[in-house]
Amino acid sequence: MTMTARSSETVTTAARTAGAQRPARPGRRRRSKVAYLYVLPAFVVFAAFLGWPFLQTIQYSFYNWDGLSPATWAGFENYLSVFVDPELRGAFGHALVLMVFYAVVPILLALFLTALISRANALRGMGAYRTILFLPQVIASVVVATIWVSIYSQDGLLNETLRLLGLGDLARVWLGDYSFALPAIGFVGTWLNIGLCLVLFLSGVGNIQPELFEAARLDGAGAAREFFAITLPALRGQIAVALTLTVVSALKTFDLVYVTTGGGPGTSTTVPAFEAYNRAFNTGQVGSAAAVAVALTAVIMVVTALISRIQPKDVQ
Amino acid sequence: MRYTRKAALIAGALAAVALTLTACAPGGSAPAASQSLGPVSKSVGSGKITLTVWDQNTDGGIDQAQKELNSAFEKKYPNVTIKRVSRSFSDLKTTLKLALSGDNPPDVVQANQGYPDMGAFVKAGLLRPINDYADLYKWDDYYPSSLLKLNSFSSDGKTWQGDKLFGVSQTGELVGLYYNRAVLQKAGIDAPPKTLQELTDDMAKVKAAGALPLSYGDVEKSPGIHLYGLALSALAGTKVNDLVSGASGSWTGSDEVQAATVVQGWQKSGYITPGANGVSRDAAVDAFGKGGAAFLITGTWYLATLADAASAKDIGFTALTPDGSSTPVTMGGEGLAWAMTSKTKHADAAAAYIDFITDKNASEVLVKTGNLPTVVPSDSIPAEGTLAGDITRDYMTISKSNGITPYLDYATPTFYDTITAAAQDLIALKATPQQFGQTLQDDYAKFTKSNG
Repeated sequence: MTMTARSSETVTTAARTAGAQRPARPGRRRRSKVAYLYVLPAFVVFAAFLGWPFLQTIQYSFYNWDGLSPATWAGFENYLSVFVDPELRGAFGHALVLMVFYAVVPILLALFLTALISRANALRGMGAYRTILFLPQVIASVVVATIWVSIYSQDGLLNETLRLLGLGDLARVWLGDYSFALPAIGFVGTWLNIGLCLVLFLSGVGNIQPELFEAARLDGAGAAREFFAITLPALRGQIAVALTLTVVSALKTFDLVYVTTGGGPGTSTTVPAFEAYNRAFNTGQVGSAAAVAVALTAVIMVVTALISRIQPKDVQ
Repeated sequence: MRYTRKAALIAGALAAVALTLTACAPGGSAPAASQSLGPVSKSVGSGKITLTVWDQNTDGGIDQAQKELNSAFEKKYPNVTIKRVSRSFSDLKTTLKLALSGDNPPDVVQANQGYPDMGAFVKAGLLRPINDYADLYKWDDYYPSSLLKLNSFSSDGKTWQGDKLFGVSQTGELVGLYYNRAVLQKAGIDAPPKTLQELTDDMAKVKAAGALPLSYGDVEKSPGIHLYGLALSALAGTKVNDLVSGASGSWTGSDEVQAATVVQGWQKSGYITPGANGVSRDAAVDAFGKGGAAFLITGTWYLATLADAASAKDIGFTALTPDGSSTPVTMGGEGLAWAMTSKTKHADAAAAYIDFITDKNASEVLVKTGNLPTVVPSDSIPAEGTLAGDITRDYMTISKSNGITPYLDYATPTFYDTITAAAQDLIALKATPQQFGQTLQDDYAKFTKSNG
């Protein structure tokens, strides 16, 4: 009630101001100038801690530089190597694989779980359940990685379980296996992100008016029909948010790889963020590291822009 | 309206980028060709001095030794205060570059040898050549020449083992073969192997007796250097030195490929811990320490750990001898070099400090705290028959006969990454020995091209 009252008041004020100003000059331009002043403090912080370093990174990416001695101009060589160098190409390829594990799988699983859970309206202890599901997101990533290193180790939980089930032949050192190391890391991402997606979706389902479900049921819709006709369309906004967060987390993966495999075995689990770090701080290839970082930023921006297209326009 | 503003914004951003790009290149200008160094003196003066020292002596025994030495130094020179910054090896490796390139770098630092670290620092003019102090403190007489060479570069940083000395080392290191007498005896072996061929033969016997021949874990990736380096040194001998320094030889040479073939053969025959690429080095050392394997290939820095292990009384240490050599040759050398920065204002005090923590007295403190000093004082050699005794005697023989080959990752700035990944490929049978050699050679060729 108060909301409506206040907004109508604002509208009247705005209309009055606009009306008074209109003959002299359009109110719009004047308003935008003042707005810049309000934005200034935030912009200064952004420029000092993000903008300037970002420009510097772009500058470095055009040089061959070991981080210490004078740099030499490299032109687009560093960017070219992002496409040509098999190691860097591999790193970006691994990030794409991780996207499946970090984004696609958790969202599909979370949608399925949402459909199940949302039917159990009067589930007791829902709060506690949500907290547990969300827990992986709260634990420090280094702790998560260390836990999984032990689960995946030779005599870890996974192998012991397999042996217990008589599947001892499948037991292996998961993080040391060329075919399984990357999926193993990806699975940790799935485990991490599924709680996040589920909590997002459940809150989305909570916003759907119960009358819609009632009406559907009266019309004789089954559980599947109900999900595809009501729940899924209503969750478009949440899905877009979940996709953005999980895809970005997949592309940015660093800590998991750094702690679990260091890019190994061989180079089978390298990712762009790890390569950028390693090249900048360990192998003295600051220019190349900067190019990788800029390319990664570009990829993330493009992907998030694409994802924002599925965000419903009418929802503010 | 919206679009023109956006366009203006983009144009502005592009202009800013262009401006930055045309501004001066990162890294500043080249350092002066020759730094003019003042006269040197053993006196540290009487004015108040604070020496900032960055070291990597974080492990138990060596940390204790460093603390003792620092306080003894402060007692000897009451006007000098030591400000110690101690970081683990990998933390030091990543942060030292930033610290050195600042306006106010530490006075004394521990720099890793080879092109990735010391070479890059020298190239950027960040370290002070200390030949003048070497004359003053007679370091040339004190250290074996092969060890001083490891700490030397040409003044432009482009040639390792050049004519300028940039540091001296406190501790000695060897990568060698730890063996378990009890496990060997069960397989009918009375004496540890002397050559690479004997080692392979012994592994077969151990395997036949039902025990694990070699405990090996390489998830951290660096143990691969030690495994291959030991095999290569046992085949090629001191020629490895020329290979790593780039003087002669090729990574695709016959010894180089043969060493890779031998190592891969161990894996094929099932002599190595299964899934070694996913096993941690500590787990491998632990398994060996409990008597779970006949051999372990790693460095002398595990002396203290293994001397406390469950089967410590059965554990011995040896190094392999190549054909045509009378003494063993193995990879190793010395701990990180103690160097002084070119911006230090207290060069005399820094030199006095470096000498103080590496001289004979310091070495005795190091032995007492369970470490292997670069130059072992003749009157404080650990008793024969103990692991410390084995290691110290091997080290003295090998360093005296100049039979130490350098760590392979010194070869180029990117070699550590290249060889560690390649070694995992080799053990996983993902690469043939020839491909392994070619991968290393490619990295090396790229470096020689860019180094000019």
